[in-house]
Amino acid sequence: MKKLFSRPESLTAKRNLYCSGCGHGIVHRLIAEVVDELGIREKTIGIAPVGCAVFAYDYWNFDVTEAAHGRPPAVATGIKRVLRDRIVFTYQGDGDLAAIGTAETVHAANRGENITIIFVNNAVYGMTGGQMAPTTLIAQKTTTTPLGRDPKIAGYPIKISEALAQLEGSVYIERVTVNSPKNTVRAKRAIKKAFQNQIENKGFSLVEVLSMCPTGWGVDPTDAVKWIEENMIQTFPLGVIKDKNLTAKGDL
Amino acid sequence: MEDRILMKGNHAVGEGGIQAGCQAYFGYPITPQNELTQYMAKRMIEEGRVFIQAESEIAAINMVFGASLAGARAMTSSSSPGISLKQEGISYMAGCELPGVIVNIQRGGPGLGNIAGAQSDYFQATKGGGHGDYHLIVLAPASVQEMYDLTGEAFDLADKYRNPVIVLADGILGQMLEPVKIVNKEAKLNSSVKKDWILDGCEGREPRMIRSLLMDEGALEEHNWKLNKKYEKMKETEVRVETDNLKDAEVALVGYGTSARICKEAMEIGRRKGIKVGLIRPITLWPFPEEVIAENADRLKAFLVIEMSLGQMVEDVRLATNGRCPVYFYGKPGGGIPEVDVIVERINKILK
Repeated sequence: MKKLFSRPESLTAKRNLYCSGCGHGIVHRLIAEVVDELGIREKTIGIAPVGCAVFAYDYWNFDVTEAAHGRPPAVATGIKRVLRDRIVFTYQGDGDLAAIGTAETVHAANRGENITIIFVNNAVYGMTGGQMAPTTLIAQKTTTTPLGRDPKIAGYPIKISEALAQLEGSVYIERVTVNSPKNTVRAKRAIKKAFQNQIENKGFSLVEVLSMCPTGWGVDPTDAVKWIEENMIQTFPLGVIKDKNLTAKGDL
Repeated sequence: MEDRILMKGNHAVGEGGIQAGCQAYFGYPITPQNELTQYMAKRMIEEGRVFIQAESEIAAINMVFGASLAGARAMTSSSSPGISLKQEGISYMAGCELPGVIVNIQRGGPGLGNIAGAQSDYFQATKGGGHGDYHLIVLAPASVQEMYDLTGEAFDLADKYRNPVIVLADGILGQMLEPVKIVNKEAKLNSSVKKDWILDGCEGREPRMIRSLLMDEGALEEHNWKLNKKYEKMKETEVRVETDNLKDAEVALVGYGTSARICKEAMEIGRRKGIKVGLIRPITLWPFPEEVIAENADRLKAFLVIEMSLGQMVEDVRLATNGRCPVYFYGKPGGGIPEVDVIVERINKILK
């Protein structure tokens, strides 16, 4: 009988500790599937962030390091520059990538580092208890914006992907989500492309994944997938934000 | 053949690293260490190695973290305020047991301070600097030749113990010109230590992980005890100290780096005047050469510690004497340089 579905080799059998309805497990799996399909498991080095996904090193079945909060792009730079034929990617949350690590993110992109960044945006700090993230929506209630995010006090949800697209050094940036099977298939396609770009030495690729955090949002898992549709996508529209390859060919 | 060339201290550090097989250097401009970053920008590229001017000292140390975990000999340098920024990364490197060389060409502090040479980062270098229980080996050169030699040795020590090593010099040594003997040892691009822990893709082996987060009950305690074993071994094995004229001395001057050079001159003047003065020059500031202090504590009339600070190493000298011998201090903070005449005068006063 033909086997249609199994655990990717790049995923360990360990049960993950994420909350029910959390998007991390899905994104971890998509990365594992892509790494398997591209046949790069034995030359991949992943970098786990500080935040919920720090435990990613338990769930991926390839080399993984942890980095200090916000520093994964700098760590990835160090690895990739000395091991140019390996595949190096970072997995970062919104706080890690767009608050404490903004400088490292911007400059890795600007140098055009040939790395892949998977940026999981769930509009909240999960690990520490639902505080405001740089991507928290206007009026969204968090434990540090109990009355809702007021831009007069706390500024605006940062569109870091759009900002990075302005840099000469970035090659491919796309925003996707994993809130439905259809969107998850699209997300996988984007992640695969971001890795493929690195294999082909094209340069800096980043995929922003809008992901569910029912615990941080105070909703149940089924409402969380709707919450992305009804709230997040308004601020963070899906789609290709930049694809230098297409532009160069005049396809865009 | 032996090459002796006139070199600036900052350049000697760079060349020392290159000859020791430094494969990746990451820096950020700050005075008075800029010549080092500029030297590496040219030389590393010539050698076909990695040079990056990072966006910050924080990024630079994290690039060292990455290059090191990938198996490369890696280095960064800065001066005092920049070294403060690197402390987070240094703590992570210590926790993750990653080798690496950090050079501090000290300047006056606190804050932005000034750009004169100073020795006020002794506490930061030897007592932790970043968060958590850890130690770094701290090497203190006192000449341009030692800037070269000790930087090379720093790489060997870092690999031997899987631990970051600091070369603690100052702006005077960094800017100073002196002849240096360049040892043309075959560049040890692949260090002699076998690194069976690096992350370079799991081809033909089980995947590895590098981390300092240990959440299971007792796991971090166990890890820290393991680190401590390493620190105890360093204390046993790696203490380096130079002594001079100690045998018949009544007073021992204690100084490191630039201060040790000043002490040497004061000792020579004192000896010519018939004063029985000797010198203890710690070369490793951690592990601190407490034994030589302790051994001489009962016999000497006093120690006089000279520093370009308000008095930091003096605490370690006091600890080593354990109250058995008076310890005096003379120092100048904020870029001030202790004066030879004053040192001689102080010795006279102590012996009166």
